[in-house]
Amino acid sequence: MYERFFTAASTYARDIDYLILLILVCVGFGFIVAEIVFFGFIFKFRAQDGVKTQYVTGEEKSQKKWVSMPHYLVLVLDVLIVIGALKVWSDIKIEMPEPDAKIRVIGQQWAWSFVHEGADGKLDTADDIRTVEELHVEVNKTYHFLLEARDVLHSFSVPAFRLKQDAVPGRVITGWFKATETGTFDIQCAEICGVGHGIMAARIIIDSPEDYAAWVKKGGPTAFWAASNVKAPGAAKAAIDAPTPTLTANNAAPLPQ
Amino acid sequence: MSTQETHDHGHGDGHAHEPQSFLSKYIFPLDHKMIAMQYLFTGMAMALIGGFTVYVFRMQLAFPGAHVPGFGMVSPDRYNMLVTSHGTIMIFWVAMPVLIAALGNYLIPLMIGADDMVFPRINRLSYQIFLLSALVLISSFFVTGGAFGGAWTAYPPLSARGDYNATGLGSSLWLVAVALEFVAFLLGGINFITTAMNARAPGMKLTDIPMVVWMIVLASIMFMASVGPLVAGAIMLLFDQQLGTAFFDPNRGGDPVLWQHLFWFFGHPEVYVVLLPAMGIVAEVITTFARKKLFAYKTVLYTAAATGIIGFFVWAHHQFIAGIDPRMASLFTITTLIISVPVAEMLFVYIATLYGGSIRLTTPMLWALAFIAEFLLGGVTGIFLGAAGSDIYFHDTYFVVAHFHYTFFPIAFIATFAAITYWFPKMFGRMMDERLGKIHFWITIIAFNFIFIPLFLTGAAGDHRRIYNYQHFPEQWTPTLQNLRILATYALLVMIAAQVIFFVNFFKSLKSGPKAEKNPWKANTLEWVAPSPPPHGNFEEMPTVYRGPYEYGHPDRELDYWPQNEPA
Repeated sequence: MYERFFTAASTYARDIDYLILLILVCVGFGFIVAEIVFFGFIFKFRAQDGVKTQYVTGEEKSQKKWVSMPHYLVLVLDVLIVIGALKVWSDIKIEMPEPDAKIRVIGQQWAWSFVHEGADGKLDTADDIRTVEELHVEVNKTYHFLLEARDVLHSFSVPAFRLKQDAVPGRVITGWFKATETGTFDIQCAEICGVGHGIMAARIIIDSPEDYAAWVKKGGPTAFWAASNVKAPGAAKAAIDAPTPTLTANNAAPLPQ
Repeated sequence: MSTQETHDHGHGDGHAHEPQSFLSKYIFPLDHKMIAMQYLFTGMAMALIGGFTVYVFRMQLAFPGAHVPGFGMVSPDRYNMLVTSHGTIMIFWVAMPVLIAALGNYLIPLMIGADDMVFPRINRLSYQIFLLSALVLISSFFVTGGAFGGAWTAYPPLSARGDYNATGLGSSLWLVAVALEFVAFLLGGINFITTAMNARAPGMKLTDIPMVVWMIVLASIMFMASVGPLVAGAIMLLFDQQLGTAFFDPNRGGDPVLWQHLFWFFGHPEVYVVLLPAMGIVAEVITTFARKKLFAYKTVLYTAAATGIIGFFVWAHHQFIAGIDPRMASLFTITTLIISVPVAEMLFVYIATLYGGSIRLTTPMLWALAFIAEFLLGGVTGIFLGAAGSDIYFHDTYFVVAHFHYTFFPIAFIATFAAITYWFPKMFGRMMDERLGKIHFWITIIAFNFIFIPLFLTGAAGDHRRIYNYQHFPEQWTPTLQNLRILATYALLVMIAAQVIFFVNFFKSLKSGPKAEKNPWKANTLEWVAPSPPPHGNFEEMPTVYRGPYEYGHPDRELDYWPQNEPA
């Protein structure tokens, strides 16, 4: 399971990992010291015959310093963590680098569909490549994704990228990523979206420039699911006894060519 | 029980309060202690339902698709209902009624030396509305479509339309139940605050009030200040569901994110609403069993008040990636990390209180100490989520689940067990069995850690929440992760089984435990002056207060305790 912390497939994945490490060191230190003192006190001051308890009000300065010192330490560590957290946050969510390409990501009950730029390098033109449940991107290229939801809230999550963003119906939310290695990774929906939330899986396929160009030229989705021994999300969906009208509606939604 | 017996009981204590019929004593009581018992037992019954739901869905996670004994197959829609019901019940129908309503009702009049609440009839109404809310919630399990399945946070548009969540009627009943429940606690809160401020025994200054009473009062103030937006939101959502309004419908100009603000403006202070009473219980128990004066009483009070105030400015840390303006994350990261300062200081004060004490590891003391040890882990793991950068990765993963169970389980169960084992002699006039109590304690605590430490790991490895089966996610569907899920489920089964020991101990001691004296723990606060159990009207002679509640080990005295009512 630690492969998660070794698979870092986007430029900012490591930034988040180092931030997590920074926080782990800061709070881990405080946590361990506090627990050692705590258990030390329980052991040292257990009831013993003939030993009277000490009368400590905790109101005097010399006594208060024992809680105010760790209190200032917490404050210092907090400042450290805030600086790190906001730096990482701002790099990922606020500062958007110029895109090399754009993709449209659409969540609906219960599938992800993607619109890629076709050979003309523009979105919303006739040669757009539309796929369901597989997203193709080129390695080392900065992408802006335009995230939409058709019905309820969804959340576009790519754990290998450390990327997550809710999709809100009625809004187009823009974010970015830049993949750093080729491979195939999970896309999950991270916000409960109804009965099929657990099957709203997709895959992101990061290609080398040559493979990506070949894919675009072919103009259609690859057969990742056929090649894999994992059951395709679409196949699992049939097992659910059409619990809502929207399921039927979704099946009628535009599917890949 | 016959009417005659209750009469004898009333007369036997020779108190001026009227003898009561069975109906007026047990069903429609005005006595704060009986109302507290109604809340306590309703809360315990709801905990059984909440426990059953978690048993079913954890079995599904460990053995996907298997037949769960006592339930059957868990379909995805059932799974959503189970997780929704688990969250809703445990927070609103277990933690709130037990920690605030039951303990507040029982302890406030006794600990401040009053004969009852100032508004006994409002108190009774509060329980009746609460019971109604519980019945509405339970009834939603049986309607067409079943119970609400849109998670306890009920984010629209999923929660707003039956054709999105497949539980149209269930979601409306869920909203009605939640709104009714808030009305019940508003009524209770009015009573707690008024009673604690106006009905104190002669001589009891504000700084002589036991910490648990202060904490419940502060929690009630926070609750009353935060609940308004959510009740308004609940009504708006109900209108969206049933009357076709569009407050949260983006297709007609509404905004789904508005609900998240209304919900978390209440939802985050709610965490501190239940935390503070738990902190209060721990203060009472550790001072009694360490025989120590509470370290820096006023500091505890100020940090609790600071927590309460800052708690209103952190809500959007639940929404970092929800589509709010990303620049807002800076503000809410800072406020969230600031709140770690007063909460940490409160824990430091408790640890400092142990210094120089004479610690007796009785069952209530074990629970109180376990609260501190476990809550610390819950607190520090919150930093990962409050820091916006790392929350991008951890948001809505099992890391979050493990984090808030490390805060909520200590609050709703560990502190509650500390309270029940500590005040049981007062409540029922009998002592609990220490040996059974300690067995129950150790099994519960060890099993608890074995449930949630694996979940920290699966969460860190990317397991998202509310997924009924990880087979569709190749990266999550690995033997290592599945073994961790199975480990958590086995630990849960052990923990649930251990609760049988608690119920055996509880009912056995209730019936045949050794009789408790007035003050079995040699504690200082006023409830220990009243008979065990206290009759209707509480005290044989109304107490007068001469000192603070934590005068243990005073150098001028032979005895190591100094009751608040004992003249100098």
